[in-house]
Amino acid sequence: MSDQPELSDLERTVFSPLQKTSLGFWMVLAALGALVLWGALAYAIQLRDGLGVTGLDRPVYWGIYLTNFVFFTGISMAGTLISAILRVTQAGWRRSITRIAEAITAFALMLGALQILIDMGRVDRLLNVLVFGRFQSPMLWDFTCIGAYFLSSVFYLYLPLIPDMARLRDKWTGAPRWRRWLYRVLALGWRGTAEQFRRLEKLIAIMAIVLIPTAALVHTVVSWLFGMTLEPMWHSTIFGPYFIVGAIFSGIALLFIFMTLLRRAWHLENYIGDKQYNYLGLLLLAMSAFWIYFTLAENLTTFYGAVADEMNVDAAKLLGSFSPLFWGMIVLNAVVPFAILVWRRGRTPLGTFVVSVSVVIGMWLERFLIVIPSLTRPRLAFDVGIYQPTMTEVAITVGSFALLALLYLAFFKIFPIMAMWEVEEAVGSGQRIVISDREPALQPSVH
Amino acid sequence: MPRWGMVIDLDKCSACQACTVACRMENNTPVAGPAQAAQGRAILWNEVIPSVEGEYPNVKMRFIPRPCMQCDDPPCVKVCPVQATYKNEDGIVLIDYDRCIGCRFCTVACPYTVRYFNWFEPQWSPELRAHLNPDPEVAPRPKGIVEKCTFCIQRLHKAKQAAQDAGRVFQASDYVPACVETCTERARYFGDLDDPTSLVAQLAKSPRAVRLLEELGTQPKVFYLREG
Repeated sequence: MSDQPELSDLERTVFSPLQKTSLGFWMVLAALGALVLWGALAYAIQLRDGLGVTGLDRPVYWGIYLTNFVFFTGISMAGTLISAILRVTQAGWRRSITRIAEAITAFALMLGALQILIDMGRVDRLLNVLVFGRFQSPMLWDFTCIGAYFLSSVFYLYLPLIPDMARLRDKWTGAPRWRRWLYRVLALGWRGTAEQFRRLEKLIAIMAIVLIPTAALVHTVVSWLFGMTLEPMWHSTIFGPYFIVGAIFSGIALLFIFMTLLRRAWHLENYIGDKQYNYLGLLLLAMSAFWIYFTLAENLTTFYGAVADEMNVDAAKLLGSFSPLFWGMIVLNAVVPFAILVWRRGRTPLGTFVVSVSVVIGMWLERFLIVIPSLTRPRLAFDVGIYQPTMTEVAITVGSFALLALLYLAFFKIFPIMAMWEVEEAVGSGQRIVISDREPALQPSVH
Repeated sequence: MPRWGMVIDLDKCSACQACTVACRMENNTPVAGPAQAAQGRAILWNEVIPSVEGEYPNVKMRFIPRPCMQCDDPPCVKVCPVQATYKNEDGIVLIDYDRCIGCRFCTVACPYTVRYFNWFEPQWSPELRAHLNPDPEVAPRPKGIVEKCTFCIQRLHKAKQAAQDAGRVFQASDYVPACVETCTERARYFGDLDDPTSLVAQLAKSPRAVRLLEELGTQPKVFYLREG
């Protein structure tokens, strides 16, 4: 950049992926696009022929679309947790990864909501929810809370972008016309005065505090979609907190995956390092422990009490036809994280990546095992329900995951990967974003 | 206002399934075909469900004719996001086919799994199609929405209209669902549960009378008389 000699190392790191796109990146986008197209085609067929093209039946009326819904809304917790909670607790090491996390929230929520639309028999009547919506239905709690959560997290994603937009507007003078227009509009005339920063910081702080209970509420009402019915093992008071724990657990795992891939592709090694991997790795390990606790509490209580209807479901999970999935889930969510993350040497980019892939698969299975087994064994069980997802459902699921990755990558081709001003603030105040191995693993006074 | 209820005497029921067939012809439920039926896609508002209890040599086979329980406190109505399913002034749980969004929350919330979903556009062979009930109230439902037993609500409406046309007061005995009318063993009784002189109210108080999953507190208005 000969016309921009004044760029700092941070700015060069952040600007360069916006300015240059490699062939490899285009190929990744094309591959993701092909998968999205496959899913879209499957959905078009489902729309034409009806939900009969799925493996759903009576009594298994909900299948992997609902599994995906719970999974996607769950991983949306990543953004809020990392960003809002760490901001409120003034953890300085969050600064370089907040935007990477917050973007997951926005896109995962979109994909979550999309699953409900895909699952609807008459999506053309969606507006009935607005016109005739009744708040006695947990479904409406979901629509309302997810809508509010989505809007507030997009706002929260946007606020720290304002100074970055201004910087792109001012320093990237050779940008294409549409980018210049976009950055100028989104910068809202930002000039970077002390008063502007004071107001911005205040608004961000307020939004962080607003978002934490909103996120907790969203994951709770998602669980109540199940908990409020009388279905065996759904009708349980443990579901709200269990879903929140599962959401944070899977959210951090997905954050690790995206963070590690972007770190490599975007060359962010100077900004995302040991400290982030170590601390987040410990957090992931802690969430695994919470998840084990809840899983034990749920299954031991049910199994010990052995009420016939619930035992029917639990026995199918622990010993019956669902047991390979159940014990697979235990290995993926409990054994793998503990085997790797308890060691300091395991809390590295490679170690956490392996654990995160394991946890993402394990948590998807967990969502599956919440939705399906109860439906196969309803209270009035004259017959055991069967459910075998079809290619249509597989295609739509794969397409949805591809769409999440596609939107996410496209977003970071337009918007900067890090909040430059926040990272600089940390550097300016003598904090180090990346710490070495030799420093104590847990240092309480980092902010 | 009468509180419509049904009593099914399991001692009398021979599991002939005439009720199931009568229900299909009265209410125009589509034919799923053997492959779809095996996959749990048959739409039978009034299904006769076989249940095998115990293991050889102590086996008992039971048959439970199962219409909608028409609960006084229906879990399905509670969860509907758009009030497409509701309990009308007669205490009958109905579905507004024009409003249902097909989310299937009600179908998973019903502990009796009496609610059915239209997986495809409804189909009939030409012979059967010629015999569809012409009543617009039971016009075939489109794909993507939920349907279930209505206690033949269209028959109630017709009976009320007939009474009005004849200039007389409508009586509970004017109205009877197709399954009750057709029952070959006269195992089904129907009427006003709030009228202590009615046969169905008296049978519902019988020591043999039970309701399915009574412990859930859904207050079904369908009673079974246990096998003696």
